Formats: sequence, C-alpha cells, structure tokens
Amino acid sequence: MPNMNVNRRTFVKTAGALGALAAVGGTAATGSLFEPTTPAFAEAPDEIHWSQCNVNCGGNCIFQWHSKDGKIQYMETDNLGSTDLQARACLRGRAMRRWLNSPDRLMYPMKRVGKRGEGKFERISWDEAIDIIVEKLKTTIDKYGNEAIYINYATGMYSATGRVPIQRLLSLLGGYVNQGYDYSTHMLQAVMPYMYGSASNIADPKTGLHKTLGKKATKFSPYDNVNASSFSEAEAHSDLVVMFGNSPAETRMGGANAVWDYALMREAVLGRGGKIVNIDFRLNESSSGHPDEWLPIRPGTDAALVSAIAYEWIKGDKVDKEFLDKYCVGYDDDRMPESAKGQNKSYKDYIMGTGYDKIEKTPEWAAPITQIPASKIRELADMIASAKAPFICQGWGSQRHTNGEDTTRAICMLPILIGKIGLPGTNTGQREAEPPTYLVGKIPFTNPIKTTLPVYQWVNAVDHGHKMTAKNAGIMGAEKLGSDLKFIWNYAGNCLTNQHGDINYTHEILSDESKCEFILVWDTVMTDSAKYADLLLPDAMRSEQMNLQTQGYSEYYTAVVVGTPAQEPPGECRSNYDVCADIADRFGLKNEFTEGRTHDDWVEYLYKKGAQADDKMPSWEQIKEQGVYKRALEPAIGLKSFRDDPDEHPLATPSGKIEIYSETLAGLNDTWELAEDEVINPIPVFSEGFHGYGSVTSEFPLYCSGFHHKSRTHSSFGFIEELEKVARQQLWINPADAEPRNIMDGDMLAVKSPVGEIRIEAKVTPRIVPGTVGIPQGAWHKADMFGDKIDTGGCVNTLTAYKPSPLAKGNGTAHSMIVQVSKA
Amino acid sequence: MTQYGFYFDSTRCTGCRTCEIACKDYKDLGVDFAYRHVYDCEGGDWQMQSDGTYTQDCFVYHVSLGCQHCDDPACVKVCPTTAMHKDASTGLVSVDEHKCIGCGYCHMACPYNAPKVDREKGHSVKCNGCAERVAEGKNPICVDACPLRALDFGSIEDIRKKYDGVDSVPPLPDASYTHPNIVVKKCPAAARAKNVAGLVANPLEVM
Repeated sequence: MPNMNVNRRTFVKTAGALGALAAVGGTAATGSLFEPTTPAFAEAPDEIHWSQCNVNCGGNCIFQWHSKDGKIQYMETDNLGSTDLQARACLRGRAMRRWLNSPDRLMYPMKRVGKRGEGKFERISWDEAIDIIVEKLKTTIDKYGNEAIYINYATGMYSATGRVPIQRLLSLLGGYVNQGYDYSTHMLQAVMPYMYGSASNIADPKTGLHKTLGKKATKFSPYDNVNASSFSEAEAHSDLVVMFGNSPAETRMGGANAVWDYALMREAVLGRGGKIVNIDFRLNESSSGHPDEWLPIRPGTDAALVSAIAYEWIKGDKVDKEFLDKYCVGYDDDRMPESAKGQNKSYKDYIMGTGYDKIEKTPEWAAPITQIPASKIRELADMIASAKAPFICQGWGSQRHTNGEDTTRAICMLPILIGKIGLPGTNTGQREAEPPTYLVGKIPFTNPIKTTLPVYQWVNAVDHGHKMTAKNAGIMGAEKLGSDLKFIWNYAGNCLTNQHGDINYTHEILSDESKCEFILVWDTVMTDSAKYADLLLPDAMRSEQMNLQTQGYSEYYTAVVVGTPAQEPPGECRSNYDVCADIADRFGLKNEFTEGRTHDDWVEYLYKKGAQADDKMPSWEQIKEQGVYKRALEPAIGLKSFRDDPDEHPLATPSGKIEIYSETLAGLNDTWELAEDEVINPIPVFSEGFHGYGSVTSEFPLYCSGFHHKSRTHSSFGFIEELEKVARQQLWINPADAEPRNIMDGDMLAVKSPVGEIRIEAKVTPRIVPGTVGIPQGAWHKADMFGDKIDTGGCVNTLTAYKPSPLAKGNGTAHSMIVQVSKA
Repeated sequence: MTQYGFYFDSTRCTGCRTCEIACKDYKDLGVDFAYRHVYDCEGGDWQMQSDGTYTQDCFVYHVSLGCQHCDDPACVKVCPTTAMHKDASTGLVSVDEHKCIGCGYCHMACPYNAPKVDREKGHSVKCNGCAERVAEGKNPICVDACPLRALDFGSIEDIRKKYDGVDSVPPLPDASYTHPNIVVKKCPAAARAKNVAGLVANPLEVM
C-alpha cells in the first residue's frame, strides 16, 4: 500500500480529492449490492492537527488528529516519510482521545470541603482559586521561607511549556526546593557518577574541564548517548546482546522508540549468527516469540550472577588486565588508591574470596541465590568472553531495588572486566543510549534556591524536613534543608500517593494538616493524589492548546512538533501558563514572568531559538504548515573518546578513570549517618538489600517486584477502561506457587506485605520465576483510607515499604518487597 | 477481483495491542467490542534442581487477528439474510447492517472470533479490512499503527509473494477449513506450542 508522505497542506488537498472520488465512485469501487447508499468519508475533509504524546515513557510519539467541527474524530499517528522512521504511538497514545474526552475530566477549580484525602470538593471560581494560591504563597514564604515550598515530582504533561511556568513563577517569588534524581533512575543516578564521572569533579560547567586533570571530562548521565551506545550500534556491529532488567517492549513501546530499534537490532544480530540474552525475573514481552533469549533470574540478584561470571573470568584468565590497568581504578591492588592499598579491598579480592567477606564468588555460590544453575552461569561467562563485540546493557529495573546502588555498577563490571567498552558494537553496561539532541528548549527559569531533595525523600521532608541534612538524608546543594515542606505544588502527577511508596504511611503524613499546610493539585482527572488537594485545578491537555515538544529519550532520531489545538478544552480548563501569569500579576511580576509573551508567543520564540541553533530545522512558517520535523541520527558508541585517548578525554571521576573502587564512596560510608543495616559499598558487590534476597519469612514467604505494564505509562492512562480491558491488571504467579495456595488463573487474590494489603486478579503463568510474584506498577489506588485501607485497585505502592536506599535515598523498595498471597 | 489479505509477523509482535486500540479509536468502539484481538500464547514447565535452581522451557508469543476475509468464509455461509457478504471486487467480508437480524450465527461459525453481535446496535459487527480506507488507497488503520511494523496488507497474491509464511499457527484452525487470506511469519516460540488447549493465556481480554 502507498505510504503517506505529505505535509498538512497536501494532505488536506489529497484527502479532498479522494473524498470526491469516493463520493462519485464509492459504490462502484467496492462493487457491492449491499453497501450503504451514503458513501463514508465523502463530506468535508478532516481538519488535521499534530501533537506529541505527553506522558513519561520517553517516546513522545507523534499524533495526527483528525477533527471535524471542532471535535476529534480519531487519531492517526506519524505517517510521514519512510516507515522505518515513524514515531508511531503505542496503544496508550492511541487511547488518548479517551483521555481527552473522558467524563472524568476535571472541569472547574475546586476547593476541599471534606477531610484531606477524602476526595470531597466544591466548585469555586478561578478568581477565588488564584486568591487562595496568592495568600498561601505569601503566608508560607513569610512564616517558613521559600525552602518550605516544593514542586512534587510529576511527569504527566511533557511539553516545552508544560511544567515550566510553575518553576518560573516560583523562581521569581524567591524559589523552591529542587528535586534530585527521579523515580525512574533514582539509585542509578546517585551512584553511577562515582564510577563513570560526576559534575562535582568538573571545575566549571561552561568549560567542562576536570578539576585536577585540566582536560574536558565526561560526566555520567542516564539520558544521553555519550555514556552508552545505541541499539543501532549493536544492530550494526554486535554479535551478542546481554540485557539485564530491560524490556523496551513494555517501557519504550512507541514506533520510534527503543522497542523498534530492539527489533531491528535482533534481526541483524541473529542474522549474523549472534545471540541475545534477556535476563529478567519475567519472560518479558521483549522476548515474545523468542523464548531462547530468556535467562530467568531471581529479582535483585543480578550482582550475584555478575560476580560469578567475574570469578570464572578471573580464574580462566579471561579478564583484560591491560585495559583494567590503563582505564580503571580498583580492579586489583596494582591500581588501588593509596588509602585502600594492601588491605584486600579490591574488586578482585572480593570476587576471589580474599576480600572483606572471604567468600569465593563461584557459580555454585551464585546458583541458589540467582536460581540459575552453575552450568548455565559458566555457559554465559564463556559466551560473553568469546563474543567479539558484546553489547551489555541494563534497563532501569535492576537498579530499582534496595541494593540498586550496588547492582547497577555490578552489571557494568562485565564489559569493564573484558575491556569491551568504547569499541564498535560494545556498550558500557548502561542502558542503551538516548539522543540528547533536543531541538527546542523550554521556557527558561533560574531557581535562586540550590537546596535539592532526593525525590523519594519528600514525605520525610514533610514529616521532619528541618532535621534532614546532607549526611543523614542525602540533601544536596546545601548542608541541610531549611524547613519542613509546608506548601506542595503537584502539577500533572500522581506521586503524592499512587507512584510514591507506602501509600498507607504517606496518607498518615498527608492527612495531618499540621504538617504540610497546603497542597495544590493541578491535573486533568481525579487521580488518587488529587484527593489530597486543598485546592484542585483543571488543566487543559496538550492536544487542546498550541503545543511544542521535541523528542524524548527515544532512540536514533530526533524530532520536533508544533501542534495546534485538535479541540477546545472542556469546562473552565485553563493553560497553566495563563494562570501562572495571572498569579505573577498579583505579585506585581507579570512582565518579569511573561516578558511580554503569551503562551503561543513562547512556542514561536522557543521554536525559532531552536531553529537558529540548528542548521537543518525548517523555518517557523514551514513548521506551522507541516507540524512535524524529524531526522535520523547516527549510531553512537558510549565512551568512545575515553577509550581512544583516556588522557585527553578523561572521565569526571577524581582519577579520570573508571572507578571500580570509589574512594569517595568509601568516605561517604565513613562520614554519613547510616542506619545499622545500611552500607555504602566502594566496590560493586552483591548485597541482599532491605526486603531483598534472604528476607522472606513464614508470614511473608514470597518475593515481589513491580514491573512496567503495557496498559499504562506509570499511572497515566490508568483510568482508561478500554486499555484495562485489553491488558488487565494481574499479579503474575508461577504455577509452583499458585498450586499450593489453590490459586487458579483469574482468581481474585489478597496480597499482604508488612505495610499494606491489596486485591488483584491472578495470572498463573510460567513466565515468572518460582518464589517471586510480579505486580504491574501504576494501577490506581482505590481504598477507604478512613476505613480498612484495603486497596482494591491493585496499586503496588500499597505494598512498598518506605525505606529510602542507603546512598541515593531512593525508591529501591519499588522492586524489593516481601508478601503473602492468598485467594481473597 | 483483487482479494485482499493481511500479513502478520509473529517474530516481531510484542503483544502490545496497539493495532487493537488504534482500530477501536478509528471505529469508535466502546469497551466491549474490538475488531482485532491479540492472543497471548503461553506455555512451558519448570524443573527444580536439588540446589534450588531451575531449568525451564517456557515460551510466549502473540497472534494478532482481525478478520481473515476468507475465500470460503464460515460467517457468510451460515448467514440467513445475506447480510454477511464478501465484496465482489476486494474479497473483504463485511456485514450489511440493514439486512442483519443479529442472530449471531456468524459469531458462532467463525473459527477466528471475528464477528460479534452488538446488541445495542442490533446487528453483527466486525473488521471490514477498513474498506473505506482501502478504497482511498490507504492501509487499514491497524497496519499503519503497528510500532513493530509486524502487520502488512495488500492483494493477497502480492503478500504471498512478498513474505515467506504459513496460513495457520496455533491456536488458529487448519487453513483448509475456511481458506483464510493471511500469511503468518512463524516465530521460534510457536514450535513449542504442543497443545492448543490452554494455550491462550488471556481469554478475558479477547472474548
């Protein structure tokens, strides 16, 4: 069939012509006696409006809306150019019309009338709403200072103008506490810089020069293509791809997202006789159709598997000692910092049983921990060692454990030990690269406050922020937090309850109005978080206003969309830019806030600024006409320049090398105030972690992990019935665990953890390891919080304990849980 | 006549259901109806070793199915009113809603779970191959929706020339029954599907 390759103008023209053709020859073309007499689609052509998906999977897939008389009729997706480079929306994107037209849309500003968390509100006017915000901002700042204000983590409305107006407004009012890290990559973002490079070792962000080495240095980021290689690089050159905790088919589902690159990569790698190994506790959808790829593992034990492979390699003399000596610190005593020399603290000592725990990390040691037979571990060790260009990567699942800070670095040890980094077809052990080629920026702001809170710590900061310091709570940018959080601004997100941890505990903290004094929630539908609002505001969707977005953390291409409203927002929904401008006006800061620009002026300004800096983007007039601009990108090899010349291109670690042993981490372990069960390990060891391996009890005999599910992006789309119908919220349980509990497929289950209880349907399936159950994260919490608190919505965060991880202070419990499961 | 048909690549399909939801959006279907379904086919067993480790031979693959627009469509054969019919020029099978009395014979006869009776509308509903789009020279909406480019559509003659494949994969019936116009690229997992009974793991999502 012909592929459409047209811009907006020619599309309308063509559709018109075809429409006319259908009107004349519709019946003849289909030739049936039974056709209805009125040919379909013969009337006026659809209006075409473009926009991008606004949720946080990273894909930012492209929507082509078809509207008629101001109402969306249906969606097509990116249908421009080569079919190989189309940002085709996934099932969730294709359900966006259901979101826009949902009867559950918030339509009017409302204020709370019941108890906080009860979800009872009454309608008020925008004037009254703005009065309330202004008054609360003033009193909070007067009484507690700007460090009592926090914008909660939220990712439901990605756009160049989405969340930034709030940050800009509050910055003008003296600032707010910043977020550090994120719920996706919390442990990884905190610890990886100690191994691969940190901004703190760069003298000046403008020059990028290393503090002591004086050369331009590379710092770690999970969102670029400098540190990691792209799947397209594996497609071009790899003969073996090994993935830990990674399922692009569930996390990166769009058509210009990593799942498509993964499919192309698989076909190329298998085509040249190579292999793919998908290490996960579930037979995830990325290995659909290809069961030989799956290597099942108990969740949270990746580092034990890695350690055993390392043991085999060291014993079999397979490690690249020359690479380790030249590019790394801490493999063995030859390259240890002075402070740790001669003390058996090296990675090799740890692996070979001469380190701190005196245990040899043999495959037999790892087998019962990982549930992988020792022979299979040896097979994998041989397979990786004999590959010419192994591409070893990890998703963000492996690090989202209570031992994630160790696990995420441990996985990187595989390519490090055999020196397969910075070479064609190889990777650094990190997640497949993303292009940092953002074609347009966002509305700018500069927060005068530098104090930064690890995102998972906000509940603690509500409860006892004034006691939180750098050393006891991981506060960054300042020695301590200046205040408890008293004013929370929650825009387009569900992390007040649903997507945070331990909802029952969070409810307890939030429902105490003496702690956080004001909660502003601004969203499109009544989320569980919205029930905790004191003031609840209705937002317009991106597809209901002019919109601008560049590509997200997709792969191998970059794009920008300038979108026009596909239909009007319902009720009194307003763009948050306009409302923030009104609030700024009340503080006498309207001109400072707007710089004389309307929302749509900003879109034009940001686009033009981007186009000026880029030599290929179309003009503003052209993009207004065509809506979409995109281009393919070259494959990337992570840390190539470092590999080519480590002296000229050092990493931003203290030594400029890959720090297998981090003296800085060793120092934090000595100086930070840690709980008795917490350790910050200078080398990437296997540690069990809180609610990790070995922690199950007779009361809670099963391990449990969350995972990403196709029917939602986190909790976005969690209320769309059409999605729930085709991809049900179910707990995965192996027949070996279901049978003794008399659990049949489809049974309603009660799942209890030490902190909460949910109801969820059973999926009895061999696709999950025995001894562990899996729960799709993001389902909407549904419980009587002033009654039994049993969550019939099956939200995994009813079960996750609130215990921030040792270094990152992050959400490791998201995948580290212990539970009991029974028929409800 | 040009007989049209679908291609489905089960080595690529990740079971995402984008085809199904794109169709539901385009055809404006509610929760209870879908003209394309994605079947999750699962199986395999685990063997525990004495050291607490396991070996297994588990598998999953997906089959995405609209209507196969069969050469010998069971639904057309059993229709008492001629409402269910095969288009003379495209071979696409669809229902004339003015003629259909909603008896449901088509639903019972079809081995591919394609037609259903919408009681509110009072007639059968099913995938019509997006005949109106095809008439405009476009693909069915599901084909251009697939993020994995696992679907294709065209004259079945061309499709059979273009792709190596089979006309049946478990749990589909033998092609001799209705002569479906579909080419399926078989994935390695499908070879592990020994029995059709119990193979479909998501009955509540597809029925």
